[in-house]
Amino acid sequence: MAQALLEALNLQVHYGGISAVKGISFVVEENEIVCLIGANGAGKTSTLKAGLALVPEGRGIFARLTVAENLAMGAYHRRDAAGIASDFERVYGLLPRLKERASQVAGTLSGGEQQMLAIGRALMGRTRLLLLDEPSMGLAPLMVEKVFEVVRAVAAEGMTILLVEQNARLALEVCSRGYVMESGLITLADTSSALLADSRVRAAYLGE
Amino acid sequence: MDILLQQIINGLTTGSVYAVVALGYTMVYGVIQLINFAHGEVVMIGAMVAFSVITSLAGSGLPPLVIVMAAVVAAIPSCMLMGYLLEHVAYRPLRHAPRLAPLITAIGMSIILQHLALLLWGRNPLAFPQIIDNRVFGIGGAAISSVQIAIILLSLTMMAGLSWFVYRTRFGIAIRATAENVHVAGLMGVNADRVIAATFVIGAGLGAVAGVMYGSYYGIAHYTMGFSLGLKAFSAAVLGGIGNIAGAMLGGILLGLVEALGTGYVGELTDLCHWPIASGMLAGHCADGGNFVLFGSNYQDVFAFLMLILVLVFRPSGLLGERVSERA
Ligand SMILES: Nc1ncnc2c1ncn2[C@@H]1O[C@H](COP(=O)(O)OP(=O)(O)OP(=O)(O)O)[C@@H](O)[C@H]1O
Ligand SMILES: [Mg+2]
Repeated sequence: MAQALLEALNLQVHYGGISAVKGISFVVEENEIVCLIGANGAGKTSTLKAGLALVPEGRGIFARLTVAENLAMGAYHRRDAAGIASDFERVYGLLPRLKERASQVAGTLSGGEQQMLAIGRALMGRTRLLLLDEPSMGLAPLMVEKVFEVVRAVAAEGMTILLVEQNARLALEVCSRGYVMESGLITLADTSSALLADSRVRAAYLGE
Repeated sequence: MDILLQQIINGLTTGSVYAVVALGYTMVYGVIQLINFAHGEVVMIGAMVAFSVITSLAGSGLPPLVIVMAAVVAAIPSCMLMGYLLEHVAYRPLRHAPRLAPLITAIGMSIILQHLALLLWGRNPLAFPQIIDNRVFGIGGAAISSVQIAIILLSLTMMAGLSWFVYRTRFGIAIRATAENVHVAGLMGVNADRVIAATFVIGAGLGAVAGVMYGSYYGIAHYTMGFSLGLKAFSAAVLGGIGNIAGAMLGGILLGLVEALGTGYVGELTDLCHWPIASGMLAGHCADGGNFVLFGSNYQDVFAFLMLILVLVFRPSGLLGERVSERA
């Protein structure tokens, strides 16, 4: 039986009088990729923020630090110099684009490169769970492909991922299971293939 | 005598002191967007402590260099402690208060420190004992003294050391990350309180050495000296782009140079006897090589602030500062 890395039970998020997440429950088990899809304002980001260490929406990289310095910040809480050095190699292996641009100031990276940096930085922290908030946001289709290749590669290494995406088709293609969120509630939960075949999902999120 | 070269040497000397003091303003501003107006007073305390150490050891027979070293070694921890206390007692409780509150507190702390110095060291200017044989070397028609050489070299060394620290060490990277986004740096495990305290302590340590250099260059220390020195160093930081470390260094050196060159040439340029139209009317004054100078070298401070105004008009973010809203 796989172990739950993240488990939410009746999670609620309120902003003043507005309730953005109205009591949802979901689970992310070790080594699986789970996605959370839903329209703008459904409460996806709010759900992640209620979680733990996050890759902030809008990437949250340090624009004035170099790529290598951003990665080093990801490992800031760690003390194992040898482990950090080998993780640099691992991240550069997964994301060769970052290696080419190691000494470039992060603010001058393209959007897709910044997204890769955000993922790389999360990997440097040796987190067991990677939370990704709309990695495809604002990227050209080709770059979206590249970022999702990275997500797949990271997942293949055994990382557990909770992926929030607007692009439902892409998300469901990489995930094993998915949750559909609408106005602060989870309305559907199933395996990705079942969701891809579901007529409601097809109508609302896949544009068919 | 070559006035140009001489004023460049003088400007580099005061400019490097301004630069070292400006670093204290800019580092704190970079991390918490606070103008620590009391920083000039921390520098003054550094000069005062050095004065006390040098006067009490002057007759001891110790080698002069050892005495100066002792003064620096005493001034640094005194100022660092002061920087730490300032942050801890005066600013930290106001971290989340409206921005005006810590600013006013900073002005209040600056007045308190001035009066503390007034109580401890008295109201009269204190003359540094001349213990070092200040040798003067001639270069290309100008003169440079061993104190000037020492100030320039020491300042450059400190600036290089700080750059290394901030750009090459783990904690330095954490300082810059915090300056950019406290929240995300916190998520990475950076303790913002420690980073903020560190910027105060480091700035104060640099300021201590600057105070000793400034005091021994002019041979005098006074409880009000932190005001104008601090104001100029702050201007230097704004000139270079406040929050930007390289900018503070550049701004300080430039300010020193402009001030020295302005002072060196203003008399000559505003001597009406050099202007044909005016010299006729002022024949009485100008006869036999006489002068009629409008602005003398006492207008020194005007140049520093004139340059600041010009830069702020044409490049409000400073020479190396980024345009507003660079947050990703
Ligand atoms: N700090 C806040 N204060 C007030 N309301 C907020 C705040 N953050 C989010 N909300 C509201 O909560 C609701 C859910 O927002 P959330 O950011 O979680 O949506 P989302 O599903 O991530 O949308 P998107 O796909 O557009 O990113 C929205 O109606 C939003 O306006
Ligand atoms: Mg969102």
